[in-house]
Amino acid sequence: MAQINVPLPQLRKLGETSRRDRWWLAPLLTFLGLSAFIVYSTWAALQGEHYFVPGTEYLSPMYSPVLFDSWKIAAPSGHAWFGPWPDWLPKTLLFIPITPAFLILWAPGGFRFTCYYYRGAYYKAFWADPVNCAVGEPGFRGKAYRGEKKLPLIFQNVHRYFFYIAVLFIFLLSYDAIISYWFHDAAGHGHFGIGVGSLVLTLNPILLGCYTFGCHVYRHLVGGRKDEMSKLGPRKKVYDCVSCLNRRHMMWAWFSLFWVGFTDFYVRMVSMGVIHDIRIL
Amino acid sequence: MSSGKVITHIPESGRDAIFRVWRGDSTAGQFVDYKIRVQPGMVVLDAIHQIQAEQANDLAVRWNCKAGKCGSCSAEVNGMPRLMCMTRLDMLDLDMPVIVEPMKAFPSIRDLVTDVSWNYAVKKRIRPFRPRKPDAPDGTWRMQQDDVDRVQEFRKCIECFLCQDVCHVLRDHHKHDEFIGPRFLVYSAALEMHPLDAEHRVGDLKNEHGIGYCNITKCCTKVCPEHITITDNAIIPLKERVVDEFYDPVTRLFRIFRPKKA
Repeated sequence: MAQINVPLPQLRKLGETSRRDRWWLAPLLTFLGLSAFIVYSTWAALQGEHYFVPGTEYLSPMYSPVLFDSWKIAAPSGHAWFGPWPDWLPKTLLFIPITPAFLILWAPGGFRFTCYYYRGAYYKAFWADPVNCAVGEPGFRGKAYRGEKKLPLIFQNVHRYFFYIAVLFIFLLSYDAIISYWFHDAAGHGHFGIGVGSLVLTLNPILLGCYTFGCHVYRHLVGGRKDEMSKLGPRKKVYDCVSCLNRRHMMWAWFSLFWVGFTDFYVRMVSMGVIHDIRIL
Repeated sequence: MSSGKVITHIPESGRDAIFRVWRGDSTAGQFVDYKIRVQPGMVVLDAIHQIQAEQANDLAVRWNCKAGKCGSCSAEVNGMPRLMCMTRLDMLDLDMPVIVEPMKAFPSIRDLVTDVSWNYAVKKRIRPFRPRKPDAPDGTWRMQQDDVDRVQEFRKCIECFLCQDVCHVLRDHHKHDEFIGPRFLVYSAALEMHPLDAEHRVGDLKNEHGIGYCNITKCCTKVCPEHITITDNAIIPLKERVVDEFYDPVTRLFRIFRPKKA
């Protein structure tokens, strides 16, 4: 590799820059936005109750799929794949309650953590690496910088496997959206209906789909890996669609993140009786 | 960073503005203020030339086309890497001194001129274009427009090296001996994704060219005067090809059964 034999300018200190614009604003907003979501989702995951609404098929996306019903609830939710919380699963770990959310949240969490957009965003907002373009970094890294070339961040290359799981979640959450149009009366009879919650739950997989199917990995897998795009056949259309979504990947990332949180909040509030779900039909 | 919108209205009669220009060489230097009369339509390079003509004849600045196509007048204006010839003065706040500095990722020669020869040495180390066997008996090839659309974007590069300058791996971590920088990742992408190319560079990208050092800040994309989507269209697709070849056990398995480039 070519080397530089002439001295380079002195490394800058953290935040040192000649920029005159509000360069700190974007990383600050990212920090606040992601922190708010992490705090809320952790709190919601720790609750282990109010993740479904009796009499409806509403289910919080932070608990879907429900592998086992939470040990905190008395009556079954009707959403659990394998029934009640089994004895072989601990209920707490170091006094921290373990809920159904913890069994599944690692998957969408891992998908977002290894997402190319989020990586660039949280490296800036949380690790100041760099804090923003052409702004000085913490001096301790210097030439010891490892990037994603070495441990631990070399594991970001696992992103495509999280993508495969994320696609599965899109289908599961779409199913949740479809059944949310089914309601039960006091006698237990089911009927079609539309509630505000149905619309909230429907928008969720749509936004998540726009985010997931605009993923850089999917763009690569569906055709980007080929040099001769003309030989992709019908996949060229898919590649173009993915590229179209990919151009707004950041926007979809934030919209879908917010909506997942809001959907959980809506289901939780309705379940707790704090707000009343308005039936449109 | 200026967004391209007018920030300062410059009257037909002109107005005064202060330019805080870096004067010095690789060993020492300082900012020097120059007050000049600026006119509507001027760009930063015009102002630097005016300073050179009227107040500092020895001010060193590299320039050529004044049209944003030669990539010579790269510098930092108010802290952001920019082509001086494409930075209009009315896009800047002229009520404050305009700071003009040399690029930070390369050694300073004098004033606004930096030694960018490292880039030329790096380029020589990238495996050149090697076409596959001709498609037709007359020694010619056939390509579809869809095949070349993607790499044509990369060929817009004017080698101004602003992306190299803003990349923190070079600028702040001085990884010049291990990382080729966004410019040459774009160059590698133009070759690697070329429909006729039969050379294989993915191993080089991972090992010698240090693509793993890129942590996707997208700063290179932000400063590119040719608006090349460097990160999304060049670097990330190359990173995914590296994953295919070195980190994904499934694609490594499939590759055993896939025909190699001719």
